[in-house]
Amino acid sequence: MSSPILFGIAEVGYFMAMMVYIGYFIFKNEAVGVTATAVASAAFLSQSAALIFRWVESYGMGIGRAPLTNLYESLIFFVWCLMLGYLIIEFKYHNRTFGAFVTPLAGLALGFIDLTGISKEIEPLVPALQSNWLLAHVTMSFIAYAAFGLAFATGMLYLVLSTEKRNESSYIFWTVAGSVFFIVLAAMGADFLTFKAAGTSQQQFIKGYLFKATFRSDSGPTVWLSFAGALAIIIAAWRYGYVLKRMLMTFGLSLEFLEELNYKIIAVGFPIFTLGGLIFGAIWADQAWGVYWSWDPKETWSLISWLVYAFYLHARYLRGWRGNKIAVLSSIGFITVIFTYLGVNIFLSGLHSYGEA
Amino acid sequence: MADKNIIDKVWKFFTSVKLAVALFAVIALSSIIGTVVEQNSQPEKNIKLFTKMFGAAYAQTAYKTAASLGLTDMYHSWWFTGILICFAANLTICSIDKLPHIRRIVNEPVKPIETKDFDKYGIKKELAIDGNIETAKPAALEALKKPGMHPIEAAAGSPASKDIQLYAHSGRYSRYAVYVIHFSIIIILIGSVIGVTLGFSGYLTLPEGETSAVAYTQEGAEHSLGFSIRCDNFAVSFYGTSDMPKDYSSWLSVIENGKTVLKKTIGVNYPLKYKGYTFYQSGYGVVPKNNSKSLIILNITPKGGKSEQISLAVGETFKIPGANSSGKVIAFSPALAFDKNDRPYSYTENMNNPAIYVEFTAEDKVRHSGWIAKRYPQTWAMPDGSKVELVHNWGYQYTGLQVRKDPGVWVVYAGCIFITIGLYSAFFLSHKKIWVLLQPEKSKVIIKIAAFTNKNKTGYEGVINSVFNRLTHVTAQGQRR
Repeated sequence: MSSPILFGIAEVGYFMAMMVYIGYFIFKNEAVGVTATAVASAAFLSQSAALIFRWVESYGMGIGRAPLTNLYESLIFFVWCLMLGYLIIEFKYHNRTFGAFVTPLAGLALGFIDLTGISKEIEPLVPALQSNWLLAHVTMSFIAYAAFGLAFATGMLYLVLSTEKRNESSYIFWTVAGSVFFIVLAAMGADFLTFKAAGTSQQQFIKGYLFKATFRSDSGPTVWLSFAGALAIIIAAWRYGYVLKRMLMTFGLSLEFLEELNYKIIAVGFPIFTLGGLIFGAIWADQAWGVYWSWDPKETWSLISWLVYAFYLHARYLRGWRGNKIAVLSSIGFITVIFTYLGVNIFLSGLHSYGEA
Repeated sequence: MADKNIIDKVWKFFTSVKLAVALFAVIALSSIIGTVVEQNSQPEKNIKLFTKMFGAAYAQTAYKTAASLGLTDMYHSWWFTGILICFAANLTICSIDKLPHIRRIVNEPVKPIETKDFDKYGIKKELAIDGNIETAKPAALEALKKPGMHPIEAAAGSPASKDIQLYAHSGRYSRYAVYVIHFSIIIILIGSVIGVTLGFSGYLTLPEGETSAVAYTQEGAEHSLGFSIRCDNFAVSFYGTSDMPKDYSSWLSVIENGKTVLKKTIGVNYPLKYKGYTFYQSGYGVVPKNNSKSLIILNITPKGGKSEQISLAVGETFKIPGANSSGKVIAFSPALAFDKNDRPYSYTENMNNPAIYVEFTAEDKVRHSGWIAKRYPQTWAMPDGSKVELVHNWGYQYTGLQVRKDPGVWVVYAGCIFITIGLYSAFFLSHKKIWVLLQPEKSKVIIKIAAFTNKNKTGYEGVINSVFNRLTHVTAQGQRR
């Protein structure tokens, strides 16, 4: 067995699990539910084994390091944390409602990682990354990211279920945020289909190909068409978003449950993020770079995310915010997290380095 | 009394939650600007950025405006520091303002409640168990001790009734956790201020073999260390024969009053610490002009003989012991490679694959000449059976050290430890109160439970359910026997 095969099994497994979870909602049959859980768990175990194999493989290559050090590995690990978080929720609350939403996300993410052509090579570590803090800092950061991701999912579901008036700001928020997510994924899919950018390095992919098929195309009309299409998607989502609510209503999710889950996940993610992401990161930076805080874009964006979640907690405790407002806040929090994780690498380094190349 | 009014007003201003929200927003938004505009970099980079954003016509004006607002070194600008000071003041005053109120809640003793109030609590439960008050009381006490409560007993209801009320609370000090977090943030900020005002941050580049008693600030000013530091050696190791660096190491010596007091090999992630200063491996490079001290170190093994290490400079000659041939080092290449036509060239200035060109002479005739490269063992074997290995080239490189003295770092770390304790207590501990009323009724005892928690209501409800549901179960079994 090698890690790519096991990753493939996990990918397919998550999609199968999604179908069984949907079957469970239709038939409301306990045996189907147990099967869904079993399939999801098996896919998760396969992914866990793949991570371990990759780790072992790196030793075989004489490199020997945890599989957490480049974009490919971190995305895979993010998906793993997401599924772990979901399975914990399922076992703790005896509630399978989320399965149908989380498993396709996991499957799509793994598939997408495959498609984007991010380098899968096991590369040796640059000296700065050779530290025991790597494991603690990166694992905890990603567990926190995954927790914030789950909170985002519960927050968005809450908004979908709690709003339907088109002039309501929360309704506008979720339709726009949701469609922007969809547009970004679709645009990246278009990049892949157009350029088949497989095999290029992360930096090359980002600078050379990202959104080149659409928003950053060399042909003017394509750019205009892309923006017009994106606008059309946003308007359509806004116009017909309530249909999604009708569909989701049948799943019998209670708003109270979603709200409480949203808070609880953040209550786990926030301390882990503070300790693993910020504090461990600072200690490591102190050892490797000689400064515990240097305001580099990654640190700064982590701080911004931290401030958003701190604001969420204070709004909830001090002002007693509940419902839509708090769901919007948790979603904004995750948007800043995505920027911390991907945007800083893609966008800011890009902004600074285009001219130099 | 106008003075008091102003102090009151200022105090009130800093206790406002609106100010806190505004500061959060301002810090977050200005930080975003700071990540887009490159900090402390050459003006050209940011002018390029502004050209992209506003067009060439406005780039210069935009850059000048940004620079005058301190946006190019934003995190050290007076206004950003000002915002952070306001944030610290807001945090401190908000916390102090709320503290007496919280102290009252923490110190408030838990008291029995009226029988009729049992229905008014967020968490409530009622159950009946078989038995009388004498059997029910110890069972209820036992159940309360399970989640770590220390119950107090009181008579309840009318004096004639035999009702008993048990009540308890736990985790009340967890209410201070939020303040622990807030003050930890203040401690971290104080630590950073200590570091900035009393510390030093600079750099030092040291060629192999050289000694320095000073480091340099970012602006290039000298800073006396109070001791000297010497770079004995520097080396980069690579993964296999690739050019991917595996490790950078500097062999450093600390010299005080002419004596070497400490020797240490440092690497990335493994700095040297001495008298409050920390020396980090941060870079390396090639000494512009090979200084007179540069040496090539060779390991020579004559055919069937013992190996011997020698060092010499380019242009010098060495003898192979036991044989009558000698080698002359003609040329040096920092990174030898061969092109398509097998012509040697240096592919980088860095010492990725150092090599020397040696001419071997025996009986006044050139017998053999060729490149000896550090990375290629096949180049070490000589036609006469001896082996000449290029071990190291010394004096060609310098090590780049980051030098820092930060007496505030331990304050920052202490703050980090406190914040961790605070976070744990704030999120995973809660202040709980519980009241249990036992009312005997014929052969049964009615148990009414009211409880309160400031966090995780469902979790506490679950605990109460599980311990008291077991009670019905246990007594029912006892009855059956």
